[in-house]
Amino acid sequence: MRKISVKKIESAVSALSMEANFVLRKDVLRALKKAYQAQKPGKAKRVLGILVENAEVAGRSKTAICQDTGMAEVFLAIGQKVIITGGDLSKAVNGGVRLGYKKGFLRKSVVSDPFLRKNTCDNSPAVIHTRIVPGDRLKITVMPKGFGSENKTSIRMFNPTHGAKEVSDFVVEAVRKAGADACPPYIIGVGIGGTLDKACILAKEALLRPVGRVSRKPHIATIERSLRKRINALRIGPMGFGGGATCLGVNIEDYPTHIAGLPVCVSISCHATRSASKTI
Amino acid sequence: MKVRTIHLPLTDKTIRSLKAGDEVSLNGYIYTARDQAHFRFVKSICSGKIPSIIKGQTLYYAGPTPACPGRAAGSCGPTTSNRMDLFTPHLLKSGLRGMIGKGARSEDVRRAIKKFKAVYFITIAGAGAYLSERITEAKPVLYKDLGAEAVYRLKLKDFPAIVAIDHTGKGI
Repeated sequence: MRKISVKKIESAVSALSMEANFVLRKDVLRALKKAYQAQKPGKAKRVLGILVENAEVAGRSKTAICQDTGMAEVFLAIGQKVIITGGDLSKAVNGGVRLGYKKGFLRKSVVSDPFLRKNTCDNSPAVIHTRIVPGDRLKITVMPKGFGSENKTSIRMFNPTHGAKEVSDFVVEAVRKAGADACPPYIIGVGIGGTLDKACILAKEALLRPVGRVSRKPHIATIERSLRKRINALRIGPMGFGGGATCLGVNIEDYPTHIAGLPVCVSISCHATRSASKTI
Repeated sequence: MKVRTIHLPLTDKTIRSLKAGDEVSLNGYIYTARDQAHFRFVKSICSGKIPSIIKGQTLYYAGPTPACPGRAAGSCGPTTSNRMDLFTPHLLKSGLRGMIGKGARSEDVRRAIKKFKAVYFITIAGAGAYLSERITEAKPVLYKDLGAEAVYRLKLKDFPAIVAIDHTGKGI
């Protein structure tokens, strides 16, 4: 067994909240630069240029990449040989969010009740997803999820006799409906299979996978590539100015499902798809 | 294309000279307002009181991050405009002249923009850090209890925007 103190977890979550909001992921920045180079001169190209500059300004001045510093989603992969010591794990995670959002001058965007809507003024609580894995390490990932894009999520329970074509059409339609509202070029995370809740978490996990790394399953990777082409053919482009950069990538995560169903969740994420990880 | 420098608050003459697709550089004072502020504005209007920051002014659909010490403003990009669509015609009727946000507007908003001779700008979505360098003052002035959603008075300097719907109702 290996002991990890809640103090260590709190300080890691705090540092990751800031890092994720200040430093654009390398894979996302690389994809943005590639989109800029591929774009023909015009408004769309100028916007892509500003987005690259924005990432540079944010990293240099420790200013949030986007003012919507999100609701913090925290993914914990807890090794089964780990013992958490010194207090409550959820409290430590929320304490880390509180600390990081205060120290980093990040926006406090969370309200304590969906109807009463009183701001908690410290961006807590986080949405915490835990997974027990082999080993004696703890991997923490903080994903600040902005709601301009979260509001564009689409879910559907397909029939089991439906297949890649129907699911692909649904994903393309979800992006078409989002239009330019959710800050393209997008990263599209698709969760397929399991139960509805599982599909939703898979879609979020898909967003954590680096842009450009395809699914290990060849038939899924084929769907990813085809979706990317179809979505870019929508020609929504940065700020809706057209061009070939409507999405930077499509990542699909899948899971076994029931004989009676085919759950699908499409999570749309903006050009500032943010996350940061640390293994303790 | 030539980028025009625009001074705020907007004059009637400026509004009439702006055409959908024009790239502009905004200078002067505006107010931020998001969902809850809009809700309160309209409740106030319905009870017969027009908030003083509406008439002749420009609203920016944004909620900035707190400013770090030594900086005028935090990260401050636009939020999705269409969530304000339900409220916007009431504000335009009460004298609002300009709006800055991101994304498309409803048909009702487009018609109200035409009827009341206003203008809707869009600015670079998701470029909060870049835009923060073009804000020289930021001060919460109204509904401070809303925290991140309070109304801020901002001073813009060379703030990039594009005319998305002009006073004739024409959009890009």
